[in-house]
Amino acid sequence: MAGAAADPREAAFQASIDAERSVEPRDWMPERYRATLIRQIAQHAHSEIIGMQPEGNWITRAPSLRRKAILLAKVQDEAGHGLYLYSAAETLGVSRSELVEMLQTGRQKYSSIFNYPTLTWADVGTIGWLVDGAAITNQLALTKTSYGPYARAMVRICREESFHQRQGFELLAQLSRGTPAQRAMAQDAVDRWWWPSLMMFGPPDGSSPNSAQSMKWKIKRVSNDELRQRFVDMTVPQAQALGLTLPDPELNWNESSGHYDFGPIDWDEFAKVLNGDGPCNAERIRVRREADSGGAWVREAARAWAAKHSHPAAGDAA
Amino acid sequence: MKERGSWPLWEVFLRGRRGLAHQHVGSLHAPDWELAVQNARDLYTRRGEGVSIWVVESAVIHASDPDDGGPLFDPPADKVYRHPTFYEVPEDLKL
Ligand SMILES: [Fe+2]
Ligand SMILES: [Fe+2]
Repeated sequence: MAGAAADPREAAFQASIDAERSVEPRDWMPERYRATLIRQIAQHAHSEIIGMQPEGNWITRAPSLRRKAILLAKVQDEAGHGLYLYSAAETLGVSRSELVEMLQTGRQKYSSIFNYPTLTWADVGTIGWLVDGAAITNQLALTKTSYGPYARAMVRICREESFHQRQGFELLAQLSRGTPAQRAMAQDAVDRWWWPSLMMFGPPDGSSPNSAQSMKWKIKRVSNDELRQRFVDMTVPQAQALGLTLPDPELNWNESSGHYDFGPIDWDEFAKVLNGDGPCNAERIRVRREADSGGAWVREAARAWAAKHSHPAAGDAA
Repeated sequence: MKERGSWPLWEVFLRGRRGLAHQHVGSLHAPDWELAVQNARDLYTRRGEGVSIWVVESAVIHASDPDDGGPLFDPPADKVYRHPTFYEVPEDLKL
């Protein structure tokens, strides 16, 4: 990497970034910029794809046709988000099959939040409200990321996300105004998802080694801690409106900072879940692999059909 | 897993509504153009974003070289007389 740093094109690249010019696929870019983006976009794509599972588990058990249609539409959106992001990653020279392979062999990660189980129907509402809420906070900042295809995917995704958060909020609002048992179910779900949601923004700024370079390249525009604070400030009044409490005794409005203070996050748990030791890590990958091998015959049939017909694709090497 | 990689990549263009040109919205993989159109409908028009879809195989698109950006697009910059603001005319005449 020392050689790359000496490349005179690197200074021109940084100057272009500093001038707020976005980077496009065929531009020259430092290999480390490319590698950082591939890792980040792939991890983001994998999160959308794996993220379909916890909620997808409830599609057949949704309590009404209305809720089932909403949940189906939301999960389908997440599949779409995964596909937009895989396409964006592919513009950097990595292939789709490599990306899928890296997810399924665990060489690339996905957000640790999706390794928690969805135990009750209230979890579906809580994921929409908190997990999608945290994702939106993060993704809004990324609409201004320096890599053009990533930024454009984010704009599209953000447009679709707001329904995700609102349907979750509405679902929880109904439960918390329902029977005591429904209300307790809503509170229990919020108690379990609150802290993992805060972890979604990643380690604190002081122990986030790659952040400084990502900020310099404007891949990242806002730091982990600042995004986390934005999310807390936005969410506390929403919890109050729901009549639910957030499980943090240290959560308090701070008059002088103009923000909510909150208690310490259990980073050991974060590291544990990220490194494979969460409640659902093995199941998530197993289900993904089964979906992949179960769909192989469909891909095979589509290819055979395309090969037989008179409009073969020009890019088909065969 | 190899077979997925051999599905070619397609660029997707949508006409947002009648009267507008098709615009690039993204890309996807599909074995042929018919499935590319189907997939584009599912992926890019879930909320009525378009009334017409074009798919073009990425491999057949030819593009200008980004490194030529300067030499290729500079000439118009010194031909300022191509722009209406180059000319001084009485302001009240609605020219
Ligand atoms: Fe998403
Ligand atoms: Fe979402």
